[in-house]
Amino acid sequence: MPDLLLELLSEEIPARMQARAAEDLRRLVTEGLVERGLTYAHATAFVTPRRLALAVAGLAERSAAVREERKGPRVDAPEKAIEGFLRATGLAREDLEIRDDKKSQVWFAVTERPGRAAAEIVAETVEAVVRGFPWPKSMRWGEGGLRWVRPLHGILCQLSTEAGAKTVPLEIEGIRAGDTTRGHRFMAPEPIRVSGFEEYAARLERARVLLDPAERAERIRHDATQLAFAQGLEVVEDEALLAEIAGLVEWPVVLMGRIEERFLDLPPEVLQTSMKAHQKFLSVRDPKSGRIVGYVVVANRETADDGATILAGNARVLAARLADAAFFWENDLRMPPEAMAAKLDGVTFHNRLGTQGERIARIAALAREIAPLVGADPDLAERAARLAKADLASEMVYEFPELQGVMGRYYAGRAGEDPSVAAAAQEHYSPLGPSDSVPDAPVSVAVALADKIDLLTGFWWIDEKPTGSKDPFALRRAALGSVRVILDTGVRFPVLPILSHAMTHALHAAYITSRSAMIDPIKDLESSGAVVEEIYEARTRLEGATKALSLDDLLGDLGGGQASEVRGKVDNLFSFFIDRLKVHLRNQGIRHDVIDAAFQLGGQDDLVLLVARVRALQEFLGTDDGANLLAGYKRAVNILSQEEKKDGVEYSLDPHPSLAETDAERALFTALDAAEVAIAPALDAEDFAGAMTALAGLRGPIDAFFDTTIVNAENDIVRRNRLCLLHRIRTVMNRVAVFSAVEGG
Amino acid sequence: MTTTPKSFQDIILRLQSYWAAQGCAILQPYDMEVGAGTFHPATTLRALGPRAWAAAYVQPSRRPTDGRYGENPNRLQHYYQYQVLIKPSPPDLQDLYLGSLAAIGIDAALHDIRFVEDDWESPTLGAWGLGWEVWCDGMEVSQFTYFQQVGGHDCRPVSGELTYGLERLAMYVLGVDHVMDMPFNDPGAAIPLSYGDVFREAEREYSRWNFEIADTDALLRHFEDAEAECARILAAPETDGAGRRIVMALPAYDQCIKASHLFNLLDARGVISVTERQAYIGRVRALARACADAFVAAEAVAA
Repeated sequence: MPDLLLELLSEEIPARMQARAAEDLRRLVTEGLVERGLTYAHATAFVTPRRLALAVAGLAERSAAVREERKGPRVDAPEKAIEGFLRATGLAREDLEIRDDKKSQVWFAVTERPGRAAAEIVAETVEAVVRGFPWPKSMRWGEGGLRWVRPLHGILCQLSTEAGAKTVPLEIEGIRAGDTTRGHRFMAPEPIRVSGFEEYAARLERARVLLDPAERAERIRHDATQLAFAQGLEVVEDEALLAEIAGLVEWPVVLMGRIEERFLDLPPEVLQTSMKAHQKFLSVRDPKSGRIVGYVVVANRETADDGATILAGNARVLAARLADAAFFWENDLRMPPEAMAAKLDGVTFHNRLGTQGERIARIAALAREIAPLVGADPDLAERAARLAKADLASEMVYEFPELQGVMGRYYAGRAGEDPSVAAAAQEHYSPLGPSDSVPDAPVSVAVALADKIDLLTGFWWIDEKPTGSKDPFALRRAALGSVRVILDTGVRFPVLPILSHAMTHALHAAYITSRSAMIDPIKDLESSGAVVEEIYEARTRLEGATKALSLDDLLGDLGGGQASEVRGKVDNLFSFFIDRLKVHLRNQGIRHDVIDAAFQLGGQDDLVLLVARVRALQEFLGTDDGANLLAGYKRAVNILSQEEKKDGVEYSLDPHPSLAETDAERALFTALDAAEVAIAPALDAEDFAGAMTALAGLRGPIDAFFDTTIVNAENDIVRRNRLCLLHRIRTVMNRVAVFSAVEGG
Repeated sequence: MTTTPKSFQDIILRLQSYWAAQGCAILQPYDMEVGAGTFHPATTLRALGPRAWAAAYVQPSRRPTDGRYGENPNRLQHYYQYQVLIKPSPPDLQDLYLGSLAAIGIDAALHDIRFVEDDWESPTLGAWGLGWEVWCDGMEVSQFTYFQQVGGHDCRPVSGELTYGLERLAMYVLGVDHVMDMPFNDPGAAIPLSYGDVFREAEREYSRWNFEIADTDALLRHFEDAEAECARILAAPETDGAGRRIVMALPAYDQCIKASHLFNLLDARGVISVTERQAYIGRVRALARACADAFVAAEAVAA
């Protein structure tokens, strides 16, 4: 059972691509081997900045022989058909066999493909994998046509058994597979001859290459923790950064430095981001003060001075970076948040929706409107919305976009704004992803909702909705975020009026922006001197009218057509919310059809209430009573719609109890009356469990009715009364949910 | 082991002699205002077409928005790049590059030299390539790029491009914290000159002009003139009055360079909005593409 060792040595592979590439190599090579008939026991892939490596253990020595039989045309078939068969099989006529087949004789092609040696299959597989490797970005180099992530320099490919290792004969675009690799670029650059995986890994380690990325990451973690611990400090955990650093070095050497005193007053997020983004340093914290006081540099080599030069160089680079950051911080602090926000008036948000400044004004108006609904002070909510995005105009956020919100909070706080206003600058972006929490401070909630709803209504108005995988404005995230904010905080309000209001603001924004877009070309003509006085005056009037046009004026001007367009888009956006709600609740095991059953009641725009109803309903459907009642409901509705179709009438009159003939029928009348009486107050009290209990009381009577009573009675009056009774079952149950939307039953 | 350089110019001279020894033609700077060494036709245009090429040169580069009136220790509106372009990219280009670091006194046994992913793209040139930024002890000292496309054309063969930011590299090697303090010539010379002696006043004056004074209407006019002239040159018939077939890719490309620099000046004056920015870049890219088309056509005539 030979083992395969494959190494593809190249120039430096981007850290972010390494893990995926190792996994792709393992998968593609093993799949390729198996497809070509070569089995294996197990396979492991490794990656360093300069190499992808794969060890496949327990390969078969050969693939099994394959015998293939193919039935051809009849012996007396036209010549052309037989020639076609010969072409298809690649055989000559004398190679074919004649066999009896029912009443005639037929040509048969029997091909035997002998098993192939492992080396041959490996060579073929490796070449195919290298040529078609799914790098996210690949390149050509020199005069060649081969694509790889960076220039490929060497292929080590050998099969080893107890008898020794043999190079697999293989050549790709002038690169011939051999039995050598190279060690660390600087510490052991000479070729190393290896025989088998164990020796390969061991020799590489002696040549200062740790093959396994997990081992490199572990060494970095261990050494960094030790270094920090020795000084009473701790390393700030950052798994993603650790993995990235492990992808930048073949031989990690951990060094620790201290941040200069003069930079320690910078916010910890700034220190951390600056060190991480530019320098790939891990941050080191003083557990007593919680402050970031140092950093860990991971070098790729040992040096005679134990890294002193490397650490000094890195410290100088960091000092320059932090000096920049301190400069931004001080400049930003000099500018009041209002002044910063004012700069956004000149920044385009979207060419059909106007400037950032205009968007902020809309968010502020909306936040004020939402504030009382979520228990926030309207003045504070409006103030918070006006300042929440001010930091987008700050120098720090220009340099480090990932600090948006964080800086806004510092700047608003330093400017003496109310703490809830400052917090909203950071929290209104949340939730940013599935693992991010939602804000719970009322002012933050108001601004978070206003921000997301403005974004959604704006893009809905100009028909820039997400399609398929395309969602450039992250609208799905905004809708899901809104849903999560509402559900997690449990704030209760009807969403539709808010969406409608926001949608009219979007309409206004789009209208004003399009009018301005009409005016701009006239201005350009004027500046070129080509326009006569009258046009100048017309433009000035148009401009004045546009600026003065309020939302109310605009709505008055536009009339009914726009109103119905607003309604249509609001409904469409709201069903997008419900789709996000379904995705969100699916993770909690709530069925989409149960959501539909509640949603289809109409007017369900209090999401908290909707979800309470859905939860109660799903729980009820899980009980014996619920499942049986659903079956009874479906049976009733099926019979009813069949008969209505047959007769061409709707049986929706009130059934009359005096026409009831069986006991079960009479009992059903009583039960429906009782349920109706109980359901209404339960629903009014939002006691959905109570409403379900009332429904549960119908199960027995409905079952008994169907067991004993034939709906389609001989007597037509009785029959019609019973159909109306079925209709009443549906009506009563549909007060709680549209049960027909529930699947199964 | 080489000695440590003493001055900014010492570093330039060492790079010149190193790359000359590797067989590069040592060219002089292009005589126009450019934003980076890549704009020199010896890089942009020579990266196109099938003919082999090897050149190295210093290119003064101007980035008006980076001006800081000579006060910032690291930022300048006028600075120097050292540029190497070899086509086809040789298999040992990384080693050749490391050799150049050794030549300017960076000892790979003491320093931590790393190739960190950095894909290069120039939207104005319609060009992109893959490569790295090279780090020395956490400091970016060079860009290393394998050109894949220029002016919308696939590069075949592929060129290897090295770009050294000379001031930053020299400050690192010489251990200087403020660019203006860096020795320009030998500090032991009879008349020692610092970088500030040479350039401080220029940085002040150009910063003021770039940010405050430049006549934006005139710049805009010049931009449009350059754009029109570029198109006019390329629209001229390939055959001149005497029956010679001469495609004028190079004069047209000069106009593209001009337009690009004028755009940078307009940008520094803050008169270009975010959306307009994209439109201007698109206009320069269209020029670069047209020039690349013409160059490829001219190469085909020459071949």
